[in-house]
Amino acid sequence: MTEQAFTEGTTGTHIEASGLRSLAADFSSDRQAFRSISWGKAMMWIFLLSDTFVFSCFLISYMTARMSTTVAWPNASEVFALTIGGTSLPLILIAIMTFVLISSSGTMAMAVNFAYRRDRRKTAVLMLVTALLGATFVGMQAFEWTKLIHEGVRPWSNPWGAAQFGSTFFMITGFHGTHVSFGVLFLLIVARKVWRGDYDQERRGFFTSRRGNYEAVEIMGLYWHFVDLVWVFIFAFFYLW
Amino acid sequence: MAQASAHAQGQQHPIRLYLVVWAWLFVLSACSYFVDYFQLEGLLRYSLILLFMMLKAGLIIAVFMHMAWERLSLVYAILVPISAVLVFVAIMVLEADYTLLSRISFFSPGT
Repeated sequence: MTEQAFTEGTTGTHIEASGLRSLAADFSSDRQAFRSISWGKAMMWIFLLSDTFVFSCFLISYMTARMSTTVAWPNASEVFALTIGGTSLPLILIAIMTFVLISSSGTMAMAVNFAYRRDRRKTAVLMLVTALLGATFVGMQAFEWTKLIHEGVRPWSNPWGAAQFGSTFFMITGFHGTHVSFGVLFLLIVARKVWRGDYDQERRGFFTSRRGNYEAVEIMGLYWHFVDLVWVFIFAFFYLW
Repeated sequence: MAQASAHAQGQQHPIRLYLVVWAWLFVLSACSYFVDYFQLEGLLRYSLILLFMMLKAGLIIAVFMHMAWERLSLVYAILVPISAVLVFVAIMVLEADYTLLSRISFFSPGT
């Protein structure tokens, strides 16, 4: 409230800078650096940045292991092939998983849009569809893990080549799958709140005791899109490379 | 109250924009799948994989995560630290090359 009074008090003399000048002005302002951005959104972005480093470390260690081994790396195209109707399709399950996750990102983006239009029902339904697609993704990943474990892939060995294939595969996809699973849980919680009208009534949150706001849907969306974003990199580097 | 109404109006974009980006993500994913399906090899394969990956990541960050409309101070605070990852990649590429060289020189190939 005091911050707001301060802003309103100075609006008469304050000239809004743009471009790089706005960047310098924000960071040298000796107060809230991310102006007009709520703490929740800024914190989610900072969390996502730290998570980017976690996934980067996994992918970099995978790169290092793959580049430095003298044993041939298993061919992902053949390892992840499925035989459907008598024909062997390379990477088909991974391709379907990619489309499922992208679709869930699309429905999430639309849920955020309807949330800002204060359309309670459409937002909740789109979030539930997103959660369903996310759960489908995790289910397909469980199928993939089962198939590979049956074929003899272990973190310390596999039938096709470099032993590090198993350890990096389980580490990277396992960590990503865990993110998707928690995302589904997070989606269901926020969808319930939307459905109940918490953000229309500005009902106070259980943990923070702060008034609910439809921005919560956008913050949830940031997390979900990040999970999709990580998959884009895993798909490119682990499955296609 | 003023802040609440500003948030309610925040990030209003037409649904069409999201549908178009969604369609593009599908097309780009299909393209990267076909890179593998047609068994493209060598530099062409790697450059196409990276190109489609960067385009997809860019669309998700810019449109779905609304980075294109965020304040510049937030954009820089998030995107600039990621350059540290690229430095880390460069360091580990050198290190991995050295490890491979040592393994080839001091151990018999295949172990």
